[in-house]
Amino acid sequence: MSENLISVNNVSVNFDYQENFLSKKQKIHAVNNINIKIKKGSFFGLVGESGSGKTTLGRAILGANKISSGNVIFHDDNRDFDLTNINKQEFKEYRKKAQLIFQDPYAALSPRMTVRDIIAEPLEVMKITNSREETDDRVRDIAAKCRLNLEHLRRFPHAFSGGQRQRISIARALVSNPKFIVADESVAALDVSIQADILNLLKQLQNELNLTYLFISHDLSVVAHVCDIVAVMYLGHIVEMAPSRQLFRNPKHSYTKALLSSIPSIDPENQSQAIELKGEIPSALNPPSGCVFRTRCPNPTHDCKEGNIAMGLIEVEPDHWVDQCCVNCN
Amino acid sequence: MSHLLEVKNLDVKFDTDEGRITAVENISLSVDEGEVLGIVGESGSGKSVTAKAIMQLNPGNTKYNENAEIILDNENVLRFTSKQDLKKIRGGKVSMIFQEPMASFAPAIKIGNQMVEQLLIHKNIDKSEAKSISINMLNRVGIADAEKRFNQYAFELSGGMRQRAMIAMALSTMPKLLLADEPTTALDVTIQAQVINLIKDIIKEYQMGVIFITHDLGVIAQVANQVAVMYLGSIVEKGPVNKILKNPKHPYTKGLLEALPDVNNLDAPLRPIPGNIPSPLDRPTGCVFRTRCPNPTHDCKEGNIEMGLIEVEPGHWVDQCCINCG
Ligand SMILES: Nc1ncnc2c1ncn2[C@@H]1O[C@H](COP(=O)(O)OP(=O)(O)OP(=O)(O)O)[C@@H](O)[C@H]1O
Ligand SMILES: Nc1ncnc2c1ncn2[C@@H]1O[C@H](COP(=O)(O)OP(=O)(O)OP(=O)(O)O)[C@@H](O)[C@H]1O
Ligand code: SF4
Ligand code: SF4
Ligand SMILES: [Mg+2]
Ligand SMILES: [Mg+2]
Repeated sequence: MSENLISVNNVSVNFDYQENFLSKKQKIHAVNNINIKIKKGSFFGLVGESGSGKTTLGRAILGANKISSGNVIFHDDNRDFDLTNINKQEFKEYRKKAQLIFQDPYAALSPRMTVRDIIAEPLEVMKITNSREETDDRVRDIAAKCRLNLEHLRRFPHAFSGGQRQRISIARALVSNPKFIVADESVAALDVSIQADILNLLKQLQNELNLTYLFISHDLSVVAHVCDIVAVMYLGHIVEMAPSRQLFRNPKHSYTKALLSSIPSIDPENQSQAIELKGEIPSALNPPSGCVFRTRCPNPTHDCKEGNIAMGLIEVEPDHWVDQCCVNCN
Repeated sequence: MSHLLEVKNLDVKFDTDEGRITAVENISLSVDEGEVLGIVGESGSGKSVTAKAIMQLNPGNTKYNENAEIILDNENVLRFTSKQDLKKIRGGKVSMIFQEPMASFAPAIKIGNQMVEQLLIHKNIDKSEAKSISINMLNRVGIADAEKRFNQYAFELSGGMRQRAMIAMALSTMPKLLLADEPTTALDVTIQAQVINLIKDIIKEYQMGVIFITHDLGVIAQVANQVAVMYLGSIVEKGPVNKILKNPKHPYTKGLLEALPDVNNLDAPLRPIPGNIPSPLDRPTGCVFRTRCPNPTHDCKEGNIEMGLIEVEPGHWVDQCCINCG
């Protein structure tokens, strides 16, 4: 249980940016020197500011984004895949083991393909099955696990509701029998009831199929419920990481505190107690020196305001990591 | 006092290859000045279609019923056909914040130019005045460097910034009615809190009426005065936000509230409403919720009950079939 499935070591991802063809090339620091270990069988949550690099990190782990420095290692049962040092053949192998559930079930499914063909496509593209019968068997098997009816397989996706479409995308992601799934805002577009249904399904499949998830979400109450461990990102950095209960009970970093205080209460008489963050999110083209949060921190100490503090996570309690600059302030 | 907006007996149907889809059936609602009506409900329940009907933005295959009325400022907008009239509901008296911000900015035109152009169409002002109103509005939605952003394209802004720019554009014409379709779903909670406060301030300041569509019941609790709960094209319950969230009557509303993950009780299992939403091509007769209702009585199960809201306490309306059952 405590074995790692994925090690992300000092990973940075930069994008080139040029305002127009005359101006000079700049770098967008989308993901900065990230270190995480994802344990086998865990539900690892990634939350944080929009534009903080969550999707970019998820895609880097899947090998869908170039890694600018550092490396990602996938520890399979009897071998390791090093994503920064992998040949084409190995990468094909890897893609069977690591899959993405798309954010938007409406946009992700091709309207001209039947549900059967949508789910079968990865098997055919990756040449996993050898005959039509075998493909059909696998499709039927995973469809049933995702609670789709067999009669649904002949229909086109537009005949389905949001929740059903999301189950189709999950079936498609799972049909190649992966071990690792990146779910990027997979329940964001769904109403609370369908959301609860999909989350229960993901949990159940985790047990049945021995899956490990990287779960990216804006919705902190959802993350608190399903994730074992949560990392909080701000402007390309992980600023805090802890087991979910620990993080929600005892947040340490000023950004995490602001984030948790902003969850809207369901009680109309309990009006917002949100710690308001002033000012604009700094640009990833030109991140602040020192603590990345210092331009918006409600209580910066003198030192961190000057930007002469180095970032880096330290372990303040077992498994609870906080950016070092923020441990002694506040 | 007459309402700012009153929708009466509205049906919205779409003609498709597979037949006629009933997206909205016989809904009635109203919004007063300075009031926020929240609309919640299952995905596909007809929330966006309802908002678009108010601006006549549904596509050509849309069929409205003859006796439907959408009265805005004493005029039935469903009868509007002339350009002049349509202008009133598309950016004049009514503005909309769309579910997808990228869709409402033209990719090749700078944000500022789009804002200015829109103001020139709807207000009797000159260019420099329009520019100063736009920049002022960008500032108000919390966009730093508004002068610089004014000269940028939508794709150059982060998701959250783009969303706020769209809110600024929708508010800049000072509409009487604002239609906000999932305006905060793409935002993280800190920015969401900022946007909610902004919308509340502006409503107070200008006495705007707002329809606020969202999946998020927490957001509803924070912004709405009134709430309408939709299921499969029908409003099954509506009333003051307090009553709906604290004393829900309809089994669907109760189910939504029970499905909500509670941050204060992480051990509680997540409880979805069992079953699937029927296809809009094949709406159940009688009570629309009967195929998934946890406790249908004999009568409503058979589908021979008529739907229709009745008032169970002042201002709190529930589908009639559901008052004695459930
Ligand atoms: N292909 C790309 N080219 C250039 N910049 C990019 C690209 N993809 C992402 N970025 C930039 O990298 C940063 C991180 O973006 P990313 O999409 O990972 O954020 P996110 O945390 O997933 O945000 P959200 O919550 O809004 O989805 C942003 O500044 C974004 O503009
Ligand atoms: N132009 C159209 N042609 C055919 N059907 C349509 C059209 N527009 C909407 N519909 C259907 O009408 C119903 C209501 O759609 P609507 O977009 O209003 O849902 P919604 O409540 O806004 O859902 P969501 O929460 O997912 O945004 C859906 O079943 C949808 O598929
Ligand atoms: S290091 Fe300073 S500026 Fe950064 S979050 Fe902590 S207190 Fe705020
Ligand atoms: S009328 Fe009957 S089926 Fe419909 S919600 Fe009420 S109890 Fe359930
Ligand atoms: Mg993202
Ligand atoms: Mg909608």
